[in-house]
Amino acid sequence: MASPSDRTFWEYLTHISENQSPLDFVLVIDHIDKFFYGAIVTLEITALSLLIGGILSIPLAIARAYKHPLFNRPIWCYTYFFRGTPLLVQTYLIYYGLAQFDFVKESFLWDPILSKAWWCAVIVFSLNTAAYTAEFLRGAIENTPRGEIEAARACGMSHKRVMFRIILPSTFRRALPAYSNEVIFMLHSSVVLSTITIQDILGVGRWLNGRYYLAYEGFITAMMFYMILVFIISRGFRLWEHYWLAHLRPRTNQHA
Amino acid sequence: MWARPICPKQIMESVWEYRILLLEGTAVTIQLALGSLLLSVILGLIGALAKLSSNVVSQKLAASYTTLIRGVPDLVLMMLLFYGGQQIVNDFGSFTGLWGYLEINQLTAGITSIGFVFGAYMTETFRGAILAIPRGQIEAGISCGMIPRTIFYRITWPQMVRHALPSFTNNWLVLLKATALVSVIGLHDLVWNASTAGRSVREPFTFMFAVLIIYLLLTATSDIGLRWLERKYSLRAREV
Repeated sequence: MASPSDRTFWEYLTHISENQSPLDFVLVIDHIDKFFYGAIVTLEITALSLLIGGILSIPLAIARAYKHPLFNRPIWCYTYFFRGTPLLVQTYLIYYGLAQFDFVKESFLWDPILSKAWWCAVIVFSLNTAAYTAEFLRGAIENTPRGEIEAARACGMSHKRVMFRIILPSTFRRALPAYSNEVIFMLHSSVVLSTITIQDILGVGRWLNGRYYLAYEGFITAMMFYMILVFIISRGFRLWEHYWLAHLRPRTNQHA
Repeated sequence: MWARPICPKQIMESVWEYRILLLEGTAVTIQLALGSLLLSVILGLIGALAKLSSNVVSQKLAASYTTLIRGVPDLVLMMLLFYGGQQIVNDFGSFTGLWGYLEINQLTAGITSIGFVFGAYMTETFRGAILAIPRGQIEAGISCGMIPRTIFYRITWPQMVRHALPSFTNNWLVLLKATALVSVIGLHDLVWNASTAGRSVREPFTFMFAVLIIYLLLTATSDIGLRWLERKYSLRAREV
């Protein structure tokens, strides 16, 4: 064996990492690219689901807030069902469950979409986040100050215009803090992906631990990745709130 | 391949056939949820008191606990505790020679990790609830000559419960749903039992749907129960 002086610094570091350090950090650094790919998968699915779910939730929230005679009850059932049950089981239901039905397997959707874990995840996550988002958007719509709506009506705006010019913009502003929670919640829930064979951040962590027979390294790296993502997202939302909710900030005497 | 006509009676039959397995799983799930609720309430009370104490070290500790937990998904912590915690306990045991090989079972790992995660959320709940009590009331209690324990039972606790209940309800519902994740580390809970049964009779959809219904019953029952409790505790509160 070469004497310590013959080794390069990297070899020395590897030796320390493998034999002395409680965590084999060199091994993690060697596979860090996989974690970055995992992060991309996590972010991709989370962002796409949030986008689809967000768009879906707006009409649902309006129908709920105005107690639409036809749609109010079914939408309530939908949101209650999705909010009252675990996302993991919902995902299993679609990904593992749908194959039970022959008509699903024979349909044109099976090969391109319903047999793919990626699409199943996007569908379930979108429906799930749409249910949560619809409920707090409904609350925000119902809390729109009456005076604003009356003022808009008095100015001669039509119902449609009141909705798009007055109610929705102020609803989105007021719902923003709740939405930032929902985004972080969705990111946290996306760990379910690793249970349906998708290599997200946790999936990569589990793979690393399984491959090298480790106990901590993969999970701790995954943990750090999630923490950094949550930090970036909450920082981003704080900036957004700063910009959108500027009128609610207490006045400072800086420029007075 | 395994064509089966979909008829409601047959679906009921296959679930009925495995009812014992599903009920056993439900019992495990409830046990897990209640165990982790207890742990999380204890951790939450300790955390809230630490955050509100004047000791800087305990403040910092509690603050880092809540930030760490709220930044990391529960399943990651659960796996870390289940696989990593096992090794730590055994390394520690062999290092000190206090115990030999210990096996952490999945239920313990589940209760510990879920309790630990939700303890952070409970900390915030209780902290907010204690802060919502006007300081003057506690001072009034002191000036009436109440000892700290009496102040806690007579002033802090009844109002804290009232302020904490809505957020507590929310935490409990999230916790209940989080218990589904323990099936991933192999605990034979409702989800695990149902997916095993679903695979063996090749009706995964039916069984997962049954699981969803059972979870829905659990969340709906606790929702109604806790709402009732909220009404009970707010009975003498002034309507705003």
